[in-house]
Amino acid sequence: MTKLLLIGLKDLKLAFRDRAALILMLLAPFLLTLGLGFVTGRFSGGSGGISEIPVVIVNLDGEQLGDALVDVFKSDDLSELVTLTEADDPEAARRLIDEDEAAAAILIPEGFTQSIMPSAEQFAGGNAADPVKIEVYANPSRPTSAGIVKAIVDEFASRVEEGRITGMTAVTQMIVTGRLAPQDAEAAGQAMGERLAESPGTGLGIALNTNTASGETNDFDVLAYMAPGMALMFLMFTTSYGGRSLLAERSQGTLPRLLVSPTSTAQVLGGKVMGIFFTGAAQLFILIGASTLFFQLKWGDPLGVIALVLAAVFAATGWGMLITAIARTPAQVGNLGSAIMLIFGIMGGSFIQLEALPEVVQWFSKITPNAWGLDGFTTLALGNSLAHLGRPLLALTIMGAVLFTIAVIVFNRKGIMQK
Amino acid sequence: MPPILEVQNLVKKYGDFTAVKGISFDIQEGEIFSLLGPNGAGKTTTISMLSTLYEPTGGEAVVGGHSVTKDPMAVRNLIGVVPQELALYEDLTARENLVFWGQMYNLGGSRLKSRVDEILEQIGLADKAKDRVKTYSGGMKRRVNIGVGLLHKPRLLFMDEPTVGIDPQSRRAILDTVKDLNKQGMTVLYTTHYMEEAQELSDRVGIIDHGELIALGTQKDLTRQVGETETLILHLGENDDPQALAAALNNVHGVIKAEPTDGEVSVICPEAEDVLAAVVTAANERGIKIRSIDIREPNLEAVFLHLTGRALRD
Ligand SMILES: Nc1ncnc2c1ncn2[C@@H]1O[C@H](COP(=O)(O)OP(=O)(O)O)[C@@H](O)[C@H]1O
Ligand SMILES: [Mg+2]
Repeated sequence: MTKLLLIGLKDLKLAFRDRAALILMLLAPFLLTLGLGFVTGRFSGGSGGISEIPVVIVNLDGEQLGDALVDVFKSDDLSELVTLTEADDPEAARRLIDEDEAAAAILIPEGFTQSIMPSAEQFAGGNAADPVKIEVYANPSRPTSAGIVKAIVDEFASRVEEGRITGMTAVTQMIVTGRLAPQDAEAAGQAMGERLAESPGTGLGIALNTNTASGETNDFDVLAYMAPGMALMFLMFTTSYGGRSLLAERSQGTLPRLLVSPTSTAQVLGGKVMGIFFTGAAQLFILIGASTLFFQLKWGDPLGVIALVLAAVFAATGWGMLITAIARTPAQVGNLGSAIMLIFGIMGGSFIQLEALPEVVQWFSKITPNAWGLDGFTTLALGNSLAHLGRPLLALTIMGAVLFTIAVIVFNRKGIMQK
Repeated sequence: MPPILEVQNLVKKYGDFTAVKGISFDIQEGEIFSLLGPNGAGKTTTISMLSTLYEPTGGEAVVGGHSVTKDPMAVRNLIGVVPQELALYEDLTARENLVFWGQMYNLGGSRLKSRVDEILEQIGLADKAKDRVKTYSGGMKRRVNIGVGLLHKPRLLFMDEPTVGIDPQSRRAILDTVKDLNKQGMTVLYTTHYMEEAQELSDRVGIIDHGELIALGTQKDLTRQVGETETLILHLGENDDPQALAAALNNVHGVIKAEPTDGEVSVICPEAEDVLAAVVTAANERGIKIRSIDIREPNLEAVFLHLTGRALRD
């Protein structure tokens, strides 16, 4: 174990002494973030963050829940973030999107409240209406703003869901206390259960806390999306750079020298992995520190950030090792690494928000550390904590573990010294 | 005492090509053994197997009682390796390199520090220890490369052509270092394609060519194989053809063998004086100008020539 650390620290030192590597590891993502910040006007607004997102809402429901959602958007909490327009006609709303007059349109369909809170007759009949879903139309040219609106709606939907569960508990209590006849309750419970099964909790990981403990609103900062996007993209450079160093050590003779010292192949390989991991983690922490310092960017819950960085670096290191295992020369690792860096960058949402990308790409993006990492960082930036990172953390860890397994198998087959 | 290294019928194949074709030799504790052979003879491949880097295709080698195939870790603790190609981290300083490699040999704490200081002193780089290796001259890098192999005071040191491509001064320093280390009790396996180095350093020599050990023994044993012969080295004019002269000389009575090399012809014969006149005449007849003639006592070069019909360096 000590040797793994020693080899890893040696590689960390070497990476930070390589000027060309430093440019790509730190300077490039920093400057690109800065550049994108200017392009999107992040630095001209003064206050920082997005405000006055134009939203159009069409409330065809007109009952309790539909009205409640409209009230959410009209609330003081969101008054600065959102500028709301109400419309009667879904077509008109969509036109506003097409003409780029609005960032998102929310359509509350007729019968929304009914489908959630069935009337007594429906309970008795035992056939509940199909759950009706709120639709959000996103303006592809304003992905971040649209994303925020979607997050608010999701949050609302998950609150409603919570309410339903609470409701069911209430039903049970009523039976226990004898206030509801068991034969009626069965039908009521069944109806509720079926609907719940069809639409599992909508807590999609992304959620906007409109009422945090202090009661302040969390503005969503564009940079909170771009900075991690760039950092994650150039993290892929770092991991392929580390993989490349393994092959470079082979040709520069230090790998054979390690292998004739009392150090096992597993220790050498483990040490190289450590080196990539340390370098990647150092890179992300430096970039996070720098953007916090220079852009006043709030990354969110520190524990969540640390956990997410480690998981993302783990997954990216897996990719680096796989590339290294497949390639034959350091140059091949370099080329393959750069290609994957760009493809993952684009596919994983580092440049364009994932929601704006075709569905196939969104699906494919699940194999990139970028997409999951961004998912996590966005979740944190919106004010959530480590506890809400379950999905991205799990996905990144599994990704890393699978990639490592494949890399080790390939290495075993080829031998660390032979091609 | 059993030999510190026993090599039995060692074979290494790279695909269809057999680089080492079943060589056997022993090294006694305390000696400097030279493996002499031209480029491509299989010296590095042999060292790679003895140092547990490559698994032999056949045969066995035992270091200090431990098999290189069955107990490589035990072998690695006993041996030091100075590879032919520099194997250092150029972006680390000499000290950082030594510290890192010392750690890989399980040294640590004050023991590591004092060993690193000693080595820096020994290789004469104590004042430059804080400079990155990439700023060093070729000779300085070679010295660090050697220093790394000495850190853990190995019982058996493998040195693979440690003087290739450096200036005469650095070469001198390296040869002296090898002799010093040996005086302090270190056993050395030294490979080279320079006859003079083998001649200066070692008592026993193995001559390797095309993966085969074609001669093995003390320098006296080996030169005796050539017989009581002498070698004439004929230095020719620039435009003269060594090939043509050698062909002619092979027909001269009293010449055992004549070999052309770069601008020279070497002639092996029982007695130089007996053939000298005939050699000069043969050259004159063909209009070839001999600029000068050296007469050499039998040496390893002559042994190689005798055994292979080729010069060691080409
Ligand atoms: N990895 C390898 N794959 C194929 N052939 C090799 C390899 N390494 C060395 N050889 C060949 O084996 C022969 C011996 O090489 P080597 O041991 O390096 O000789 P030396 O060190 O005496 O110059 C050469 O012909 C060389 O081309
Ligand atoms: Mg060699």
